[in-house]
Amino acid sequence: MTAMALNRRYSLAPLVGLLSLVIFFVLIELLIRIGVVNRFIVPPPSEIIASFSRVILEEDILHRFVLTATECLTAGVMLTIFGVAGGVLMHRFRLLQQACETWVAAMASAPTVLMYPLFLVIFGRSAWTIIMMGFVAALPPVILKTLEGLSSTRRVLINVGRSFNLTPSQQFWKILFPAAMPTIFVGIRLGLIFALINIVGVEFLINFGGLGALINELAERYDLAGTYASICFVILVSVLFFMSLEKAERWLRPFE
Amino acid sequence: MAETVRVKKAAVAAPAIGPVTLLRIAIVVTLLAGWELLAASGWLYRDVVPSLVAIGSAVADLLMHGEYYFNLGVTAGEIGVALLIGGTAGVLVGLALGANRFLSKAFESYLYYLGPTPKIIFFPIMIMWFGVGPGSKVAMGAVSCFFPIVLSVAAGMRQIDKVLIRVGNSFRANTWQMVQKIYLPAMRHPIINGIRLGLGVGLIGTLLAETKLSNKGIGFLIIQAYSLFDMPRMYAMLIVLFVLAIGVNALVGRLGGLDSIKRA
Repeated sequence: MTAMALNRRYSLAPLVGLLSLVIFFVLIELLIRIGVVNRFIVPPPSEIIASFSRVILEEDILHRFVLTATECLTAGVMLTIFGVAGGVLMHRFRLLQQACETWVAAMASAPTVLMYPLFLVIFGRSAWTIIMMGFVAALPPVILKTLEGLSSTRRVLINVGRSFNLTPSQQFWKILFPAAMPTIFVGIRLGLIFALINIVGVEFLINFGGLGALINELAERYDLAGTYASICFVILVSVLFFMSLEKAERWLRPFE
Repeated sequence: MAETVRVKKAAVAAPAIGPVTLLRIAIVVTLLAGWELLAASGWLYRDVVPSLVAIGSAVADLLMHGEYYFNLGVTAGEIGVALLIGGTAGVLVGLALGANRFLSKAFESYLYYLGPTPKIIFFPIMIMWFGVGPGSKVAMGAVSCFFPIVLSVAAGMRQIDKVLIRVGNSFRANTWQMVQKIYLPAMRHPIINGIRLGLGVGLIGTLLAETKLSNKGIGFLIIQAYSLFDMPRMYAMLIVLFVLAIGVNALVGRLGGLDSIKRA
């Protein structure tokens, strides 16, 4: 097969992917309608689509979306301030880095979100429990990525700074920080993703706040189609959030 | 003479406790002392910050009772089955996506974007499909660990040295032989890495599901301690759980690391 024919074949792939999804949902709809799949366990996709407008209009989804977005944003600002500061501090004091880097890496792999009952006791059943949970769970990747960015600054750039006799503060603001910026942004992006996962998860678990709590409320009402629709909605919002973060990252580092 | 100087230098360079260890000890001691002061001060609500003695005795109490080990066994079993189901599905789908560029272009972007979404929101669906027992927790764990494993395996497969594949082809290996003799051994590293990531999120998925709705398992014990406001017990359980989770993660990571050293 020639390269052009191959390329044409590959360009059809996304369409095939989309078509397969559509066929899958049509098949599920048919299986439910002929009674092979119980409609009280899996509602027909057509009902789920129809309940979208109901969920959006009746469940005050805009307010819930703004609530979750505000929680995410607050956690994101805190993450950026404390995570980047932590990374800079560990880079500045080599001894601190040697002592604590493995601890931070271990925290990154720990199931931090399971501390949510503890946070409930400390902060009460409030938005702060959710924000702090998102913040704490997403802090390690921001610290580690900041540290990685600063440590991997090219030797030649540091030498240029030295040859200009820059003060340590100038060296940091003119050389190290701008050079580490792309990696730091990768860290912030990862942090925001972790924060969103944990925030929506804790909202669902403690039944408080925005989009996560909506799923729980609809499930407890046994509004099956509504539950499925709200899950689809949350996934859609998360995917759009990841996509826009990726776009922002590409916009911030156009030369790579 | 030169030997003596070197020996002296070595003696100076290697004190009994290095500055890093000293700093670590200092940080730990400061944190523990700060905690104890906070516990004694009564600034926070009663028992939110229990004394270290209370936490220590709660840890001992926890580890000495069979009930904890029974619940640990339940959770470990759920995570094990979840990893088996999610991991097998992940490896198989990952192999298919890695081997076929058309399939990868058609479906991988869905998996890539679904991967980081919060999986716990699927729990109401899992309860309806698999009931309120361990089945729904296993399903949560399996769904959680499927995504990192499939993406890691698919990426790993695309990075296999082409020479190895050509060697397999020139020996006229059939598909199964290619998978068994070429693909899987060459991809041990990304597979172990994927399993490590999958184990982490699978553990979180299973335990969170247990905190939401269950009557056994570590997640249930944690939420029970919260309901009874038994804070020392909750701290004890979190400490033991974190040590176990970080330990298992490091162990799997060590396996992956050792493998890469052997390959090099």
